Amino acid sequence: MLRYIVRRLLWVAVTLLLITFLTYLIFFVMPPTDPAVNFAGKQPTPELVAEVRKQFGLDKPVLIQYALFVKRIFLGDEYGWPGLGFSFNTRSALKPIIYERFLVTLQLALGSAILWLLVGVPIGILSALRPRSIFDRLAMGFALFGVSTPVFFLGPVLLYVFWFKLGWLPGTGFYSITKYGPGTWFMHMIMPWSVLALAFAAFYARMTRGNLIEVMGEDYIRTARAKGLTERRVVAKHGLRASLTPVVTMLGLDLGGLLGGALITETVFNLKGLGNYAVESVFSGDLYAILDVTIIAAFAVTLANLIVDIIYAFLDPRVRYT
Amino acid sequence: MAEPLLEVRNLKVHFPTDDGLVRAVDGISFQIMPGETLGVVGESGSGKSVSFLTVMGLISRREAIIEGEVIFQGQDLLKLPPEEMRHIRGARISMIFQDPMTSLHPFYRVGDQIAEAIRAHQKISKKEAFDQAVDMLRRVGIPKPEERARQYPHEFSGGMRQRAMIAMALSLNPDLLIADEPTTALDVTVQAQILDLIDRLREEFNAAVVIITHDLGVVAEHCDHIQVMYAGKIVEYGTAEDIYYAPHHPYTWGLLGSITRLDEESKGRLRPIKGLPPSLIFVPPGCAFHPRCPYAFDRCRVEVPELLPVDGHHAAACHLPLEDKRRIFAEEVAARA
Repeated sequence: MLRYIVRRLLWVAVTLLLITFLTYLIFFVMPPTDPAVNFAGKQPTPELVAEVRKQFGLDKPVLIQYALFVKRIFLGDEYGWPGLGFSFNTRSALKPIIYERFLVTLQLALGSAILWLLVGVPIGILSALRPRSIFDRLAMGFALFGVSTPVFFLGPVLLYVFWFKLGWLPGTGFYSITKYGPGTWFMHMIMPWSVLALAFAAFYARMTRGNLIEVMGEDYIRTARAKGLTERRVVAKHGLRASLTPVVTMLGLDLGGLLGGALITETVFNLKGLGNYAVESVFSGDLYAILDVTIIAAFAVTLANLIVDIIYAFLDPRVRYT
Repeated sequence: MAEPLLEVRNLKVHFPTDDGLVRAVDGISFQIMPGETLGVVGESGSGKSVSFLTVMGLISRREAIIEGEVIFQGQDLLKLPPEEMRHIRGARISMIFQDPMTSLHPFYRVGDQIAEAIRAHQKISKKEAFDQAVDMLRRVGIPKPEERARQYPHEFSGGMRQRAMIAMALSLNPDLLIADEPTTALDVTVQAQILDLIDRLREEFNAAVVIITHDLGVVAEHCDHIQVMYAGKIVEYGTAEDIYYAPHHPYTWGLLGSITRLDEESKGRLRPIKGLPPSLIFVPPGCAFHPRCPYAFDRCRVEVPELLPVDGHHAAACHLPLEDKRRIFAEEVAARA
């Protein structure tokens, strides 16, 4: 088990290094123009360009530049750890901005994940236990609707109905729990959570259903029944245990993906999260901010993968030894 | 004569499908006496597994139409409410399956899986059940059972897993053990070990045993009686000697002709039965075996033969006159074997 974790950790280190390398290539080496000018913002004065060149070490050979880049990320820079650099557009350190944005995205992603698990998994289980029943058909109809409804359509429709017409829910924007209290925060998050969760809930319902139906046909389920266990125990202990492990994998990957920013949901509901920030930065040409979001998104996916793999080893004894 | 342990009367198991009604088991009757070993032989799709899964109550009535009677120790199992059937399943009748590689749950320790079976029927602590599981593993010949009980199925070899399955099946000292192709998925050397183990444990636990197989060679020395199944029906029933030395059904002759024998000098090539088992939706009229039977005559194509006893113990469902059967077997089958 320990060996397995250590080996996974080593791989993660290699992957993270590779990510930084590719990011560096894309942002610093590949553009045909001078990177110092690119990073200096919209009105690059010669002084500014010189300052950028000095700060990034762009006057040094490329490999040294890259080493400095990696060092800044992993060991921190003059603005703290991790080193997220400085925006010459806004003339401010990026770390506090990105930290704040990341918290918003984190709240959106976690709340939404809880919601889609609570909705998707039970629907999938009930459908699988009575395949082709009326419930199953309705649930899979819902799943089809959920998977195929885009957020940019559903979001405005919900806003129109529940905010503009019915007035049951407040409108867009992020109201932090510390400043406005849990009630306001919660009411403002309901719609973003639901909209983001819908497609996932639909997908998880289908996946849970498919897995459980497959597992319930396995030989070891027949053995469990042959032992004389109650059907409840057969499903709960033998069926679900085996069919929910892939769900854990998907959850890790989906959460990891979302932490890089749920771009459309954040934009529709005007939540100042990472995805939203990436879009703003693209429009304002804030190159270092884009670089940061890119790296955070990639790191989030990698680390989520690591966590999933470790959890998986606890869930499936066969993994530990391979 | 003593009461039979299990008596099946005119059992039918039909599965409605989109293509039509699958007559997996089509009216079979037989008995098993306490402590006896019955071999059930037939090709894939002959209904041998389905009939015993039905005895175990493992065929859902949502999928199948089940008719007939399954009298076990005086009770008709087909009429029992599910909760009462559950108490019989695994405790008084237990079953082991064809593929030990997939029959144990990959995520749970072997000892815990056996203990779970015990605790499904007895109110004892987890610790006691686990100790009993270890003891059962020892009795089925697994070395270092304390250690092995804490391992997962993937750490067991195929033969060891089947031993563990047997340990689980016998842990509640059942009256009837059904072994559904217990050795098909195993190496030849391991096959013999497993069958010997079943033999030995049958005496030790004083249980009746059903061995389901497609290989007549497997059940030869392990069974008191053998019943041969074809297309959902029993076509021949007799003692092991009857079936081996004086079989009366052309299908049984075919099965005997397709056994490899290493103990005698072979007098010819293996003689497989020509053709394929029939569709269970469109079962041939008359004797279901007639399209593949080299001895079929007009009557076989229209009239379903009944399973008629020739003497006290031996019965065959075939229209051929007895003298012809004896003559053909002696001249054509026994001579070549």
